[in-house]
Amino acid sequence: MSEALSRVEIDYAGGERLTMNMGPQHPSAHGVFRAILTLEGETVVGVDAVVGYLHRCHEKLAETLTYAQYPSIASKTDYVAAMTSEFAYVMAAENIGKINVPKRAQYLRVLTAELQRIASHLLWLGTWCMDMGGALGGGATIFLYCIRERELILDLFESLVGARLLYGFYQVGGVRYDLPAGWGDTCRQTVSHIEQRIGEYESLLDGNPFFLARARGVGVISRELAEDVGIAGPLLRGSGVAFDLRRAAPYSSYEDFQFTIPVAPEGDCFARYRVRMAEFRESIRIVRQVLDALPEGPISSRPGLKSVAQIRIPKGESYARVEGPRGEVGCYLIADGSAKPYRMKWRGASFSNLAVLPHIIPGHKVADVVAIMGSVDPVFGEVDR
Amino acid sequence: MEVKAPIPVIPAPIWRNIKDLQEWEQFRQHRPEGDKHSALFESVTEGVHAFPGGFVLTTAADAFFNWARKSSVWPVTFGLACCAIEMMATFASRFDVERLGMVPWASPRHSDLMVVSGTVTIKMAPMLERIYDQMPDPKWALSMGSCANSGGPFRHGYHVVKGVDRVIPVDVYVPGCPPPPESLLNGLLLLQDQISHFRRTGQRAAPNPKVD
Amino acid sequence: MTHEEAATLIGEHFVGAQVQGGSPLAVTVPVDRWVALARFAKETLGCRFFAFSTAVDWKDGGLEVIAKVDNLDNQLSVLMKTRLGTGVSACPSLVPVYRGANWMERECYDMFGIRFEGHPDLRRILLADDWQGHPLLKSYAVDTPHPPYR
Repeated sequence: MSEALSRVEIDYAGGERLTMNMGPQHPSAHGVFRAILTLEGETVVGVDAVVGYLHRCHEKLAETLTYAQYPSIASKTDYVAAMTSEFAYVMAAENIGKINVPKRAQYLRVLTAELQRIASHLLWLGTWCMDMGGALGGGATIFLYCIRERELILDLFESLVGARLLYGFYQVGGVRYDLPAGWGDTCRQTVSHIEQRIGEYESLLDGNPFFLARARGVGVISRELAEDVGIAGPLLRGSGVAFDLRRAAPYSSYEDFQFTIPVAPEGDCFARYRVRMAEFRESIRIVRQVLDALPEGPISSRPGLKSVAQIRIPKGESYARVEGPRGEVGCYLIADGSAKPYRMKWRGASFSNLAVLPHIIPGHKVADVVAIMGSVDPVFGEVDR
Repeated sequence: MEVKAPIPVIPAPIWRNIKDLQEWEQFRQHRPEGDKHSALFESVTEGVHAFPGGFVLTTAADAFFNWARKSSVWPVTFGLACCAIEMMATFASRFDVERLGMVPWASPRHSDLMVVSGTVTIKMAPMLERIYDQMPDPKWALSMGSCANSGGPFRHGYHVVKGVDRVIPVDVYVPGCPPPPESLLNGLLLLQDQISHFRRTGQRAAPNPKVD
Repeated sequence: MTHEEAATLIGEHFVGAQVQGGSPLAVTVPVDRWVALARFAKETLGCRFFAFSTAVDWKDGGLEVIAKVDNLDNQLSVLMKTRLGTGVSACPSLVPVYRGANWMERECYDMFGIRFEGHPDLRRILLADDWQGHPLLKSYAVDTPHPPYR
């Protein structure tokens, strides 16, 4: 037996493709999203994203609800950052009607919007790490820590508005409630506490080799693709475009505050993570500045709402946009002189952000799909409206 | 040209008097399979009852099994919308449900409870029914939030199901938009009370007006 | 480039366009110049960011398709509008120019029934594939029944 063992190489020709359904119910904790993946082995070659499982007819319902009734329904589009959704609608109505918002109301809006941004990013970090780590296998660590911090902010909101998650805080002309006594001090303490905790999470994650292996180089969105598809927010800033609506088109007194725009050029999941972690610190900075500079005055230029049809906006149209935690949340409103809008369109940040998935997922492994989805951070209330 | 917003046309309700509604609700609460036990089991129970004092054994066994069932209710993570965030907050460390024995589990094949948190849309309803069918008996359903109870603020929308009880039978309704974690915990504890009334023959006890 | 310069440039290249000043710059063109305007905005005005695309149902005035594009470097925003005729529900697609129009136009098709010519994958996105009717048209009631669920 002098023949050498012959070696046969079996080449995977790549002709066999498997269609796998990542169904509307999956433990990845992002909501109802269905991705039909076409797999070749472990690599994804095609993604068909099916959305619409949470289509709640916002745009049609807005035509039947008045300007006083709709803001609390508006919170349910981006339900993780409910303040920013209401903001866009209310601002659009005020732009058309040329309604003046008092300075104190503007500062309160900025304050709540930034606190909401911190709360939303905490939830993002918790659920993203849980997706990558598994519910019982270490991912729940960061999740529980982040939810613990988020509860502190939700306590602040509860003492201000009365609700934890979905508020009716904004109304056309200003805000509805004023700060209770002692709220400012509690807010400062909470924000300092969170700043210290963010440092702890960064030290947990930044040098963690497992985290880096799953996030570096994964889901690269090029700058040109980002602009073409229309994604905004931390995804755009993570791809190197220094664009932030709070700086580019300041609304509601954002020009009074000093903050920097974090930008990262690489475009992968790790870049977006760094951008959001830096945004925590910037939001905390803005919150402190607002609390220091909060003026006295009325909180609404249309106080004392007596009936739901009290606010009438004259004919006109406006597109108001707000820098939400996920990107540009916009409300395109066409008013016709009555108490209800003629047409209202939500430009949902997550809808445009999700549209980038079929372009960046092919080529990655199945496990990376979860990491990419988490770093894109969709909220399906905004996607499906 | 003045454009006026359209007036919504509300369709007539499906019931005309309260008896129709009760009959319809009974129909929805009907569970076709799974509440029946095997013939052998039924005959064993009959045999035990034939002895004087045999009911003590079945009542004690009832109590034991109900305690075991209610102390280990595993919810399937079925978060649909905003209520899912509050559900996640309930599962987190401040309003811990794991102390009640509830481990949230992604697979319906291994879970007992379905917490329907969020709006059920017409596109999602068949998926919800499928997940519910995949759960083994005994199973319970908890409708969380006003969207799952009755359609909620979106009741008049064209794509919204007016309550998840049009799709699956529901045991506990938790109101709120969204219900804070305290309310959801209240609902889960009420569910545990319901489970402790669950009798061997698989039929639910008649509702006690004081508690239910 | 300021809004005034952009308005002048658009007025030169698109003779029949109505331009309304302000921010965003609202430009109305006839349907046959729709893609040309988008290409002009992307290449000449530098508006590479596709914000959104939607439609409005003016009951007797027909449908109107709207798209907004931004230039992120100098904050120029252009709101492009085009009126489809009464009873017309076809429009050329912007997908060859902006990739972000893909999902936005699918949503317009879903909600209004506008068929976009040149769209690679025109099917319903938010509602089920076998849904009858287009909800955001003014002739569709908000609470249309759908047995057996409602």
